[in-house]
Amino acid sequence: MHRVLGDRRAILILLGPALLVYSLIMLVPMVWSLGYSFTRGNTIDGFTGNGLDNFQRLFTDDAVRDALWFTLKYAAVVTVGQVVAGYLLALLYVFFLKRASALVRTLVFFPVVLPTVAVGLLFQKFFQVAPETGPVNSLLNMVGLDSIDFFGSAGSAFWVLIAMDIWRSMGFYAVLLFAGLVDIPDEVLESARLDGATGLRLVRHIVLPLSLPVLMSSLIFSINGTLKAFDSIVALTNGGPGNGTSPLTLYMFQTSFTYGDYGYGSTVALLLTVVCLMVSLVVYRVSRRDLTEG
Amino acid sequence: MSPRMSRRRVRPSLALAGTASLALLVTACGGSGSGSSSAPKEFGYLSVTENTAVKTALTTLSEGACKTQNKALPLKVETVPQASLDQKLQLLAGQDALPVQFAAGNAPALTKQLDTSGKIADLETELKGLGVLDQIEPAAVSTVKALYGGKLAVLPYEYNIEGIFYNKKLFSDNGLQEPTTWDALVAASAKLEGKGVQPFSASGQQGWPLTRLISDYLYRSLGPDALQRVADGKAKLTDPEYVKGAEEIAALGEKGYFGKGLGSIDYDTAMNQFLTGKAAMFYMGSWALTNISDAKQNKVGVENVGFMPFPAVTGGKGAIDQYPSNVGLGITLAKKSFDSRTGDWAACIARNYGATALKDQGAISGFKVNGDIKDANPVTTQVRETIGASKQNVLWFEALFNTKATTVSQTNAASLVSGSMTPQKFMQTVQDALAAK
Repeated sequence: MHRVLGDRRAILILLGPALLVYSLIMLVPMVWSLGYSFTRGNTIDGFTGNGLDNFQRLFTDDAVRDALWFTLKYAAVVTVGQVVAGYLLALLYVFFLKRASALVRTLVFFPVVLPTVAVGLLFQKFFQVAPETGPVNSLLNMVGLDSIDFFGSAGSAFWVLIAMDIWRSMGFYAVLLFAGLVDIPDEVLESARLDGATGLRLVRHIVLPLSLPVLMSSLIFSINGTLKAFDSIVALTNGGPGNGTSPLTLYMFQTSFTYGDYGYGSTVALLLTVVCLMVSLVVYRVSRRDLTEG
Repeated sequence: MSPRMSRRRVRPSLALAGTASLALLVTACGGSGSGSSSAPKEFGYLSVTENTAVKTALTTLSEGACKTQNKALPLKVETVPQASLDQKLQLLAGQDALPVQFAAGNAPALTKQLDTSGKIADLETELKGLGVLDQIEPAAVSTVKALYGGKLAVLPYEYNIEGIFYNKKLFSDNGLQEPTTWDALVAASAKLEGKGVQPFSASGQQGWPLTRLISDYLYRSLGPDALQRVADGKAKLTDPEYVKGAEEIAALGEKGYFGKGLGSIDYDTAMNQFLTGKAAMFYMGSWALTNISDAKQNKVGVENVGFMPFPAVTGGKGAIDQYPSNVGLGITLAKKSFDSRTGDWAACIARNYGATALKDQGAISGFKVNGDIKDANPVTTQVRETIGASKQNVLWFEALFNTKATTVSQTNAASLVSGSMTPQKFMQTVQDALAAK
């Protein structure tokens, strides 16, 4: 094995194809996209160079500012919601339901395998006010409250989006965190209990620190996914009302493919890449700390 | 394994990997031609999901008058939601993969762009060559040319005027006459609302049925060149007299005249609300005659549907007989695939479409009606007479806008009418999009 791995030619043969494919499908499009950032035009009209105009426009574009703010807000709230709900569910599986958790785990996991568009339509119907009154508004009417047009204002549409995405993905995080929790040795928990740690104290001082690595992985997963959210938002609100729920991804898509401005769309994509990179760096930096130290 | 042996085995693998990667590169980077002619295998028709009239008429033709043409080049219909049409067209055009016939985009600007880049057929020349140019009504030709920079860029599968369809029974039950002024319309709406009748149905999801109201108000108050002045840069949508148009329409929404959840109402639902008697008025183009003539959809009875022009604004420069007109969903043909079989189809359509659409659906097209076809109902007759008598036509709100301004206008219309966006902000947003390079 050492001889094979010590042979440069062998390394090239083993890594070469994967590296080549990776370069072709990841690096080349990224560099290509970066190149488009310095152009103006589209595939119908052709492209012409426009120097740094797109970057200048990026800093003065109100729509970009709004979309960036929405993206960060959405990523923060959904990440916290997904991971916290997932963690609470995982604790429920391990400490309360124990062996009987299989059915609940399956049920909670079920939305993860549903197509996003189906979930979007489900929530549209669930919260709709017209032409039919949806279950949520029916419930409000039953207790004597007026119906709310949840998709009529960006504020309420945002919270429906949050509820949908947390409901849709908490099962995945619950299973992920469940795997981390079952890894904690029984002896450690038993000795902590003998020392008098029960309930919240047990969670706070023993369970949480020992499951922190998998919790951190969940956070990275979640942040990465939510910063790039697209399909669920398109399915539920299509960025509306107006552009009240438009993230950077949707703005980039519209700029490129609806308005036919590929150059500026690429510049918006570059901004999203930089945001993802910065957030990832922060998360990695935090996770590199030795978590077993106080 | 000796190094020599391993090397021998490695070489073919390396060659294979090299070939595979080269193939990948070629596949990824290779274009699909430069727009040169290519024989189509089918008479592909890309349309929007919301429009069923053209699809139905073409299918009827393929089974009847154009059976021979269909045998040579079978009709194949594909649809996308109207909101996704521009994206789809741009992607297909970029890949040089436009179908033989396709809906021409939500903004005329996109069709002009496709024309400039040589993607669409010069219909005037082609139809002239086929000897069927005279099968298109002159009024339809001039409307198409007004929209598409002087070119016959689309076929007029529809020729429409727009106005307000109203439920005669609901009007008479509530003692209302057909309003002829804006103030009378607002007063009638208030009376209907007071009696528990929803005055208007409209689609906030599509947006354009709302922005049409703004442009109509502007045409009536500022004159028929109101939006041309904006396009020419001589006026701005943020000018107070333009903002007033948005304010008037927003006020209707503020009073609840469009009902609940406007932003969630799609085109079909809005149509259904009117045709089932849940709303008294419905601003729409005359293409709605297809639905009105269909007894399955129209539950209020065709005899109970009236049509009135958008009312006059007192003291305004526009007149009530200046009808917003259009050719509905303009449909064009790709230059690349326009061969003799496509030409045969186009000629057959030009000769037979008008009669088929009117006979089967009560729909008015820009093609001549050959043969003795009676109108499907009195509303169709009324609209056809109005078209005939119309002296001057006007366009719609986004007709002269670029794609971005069109999208921005239509996606924000529901916010304007539901009150979550001020009229000033709405007009500013559209003006900014209009000014964007």
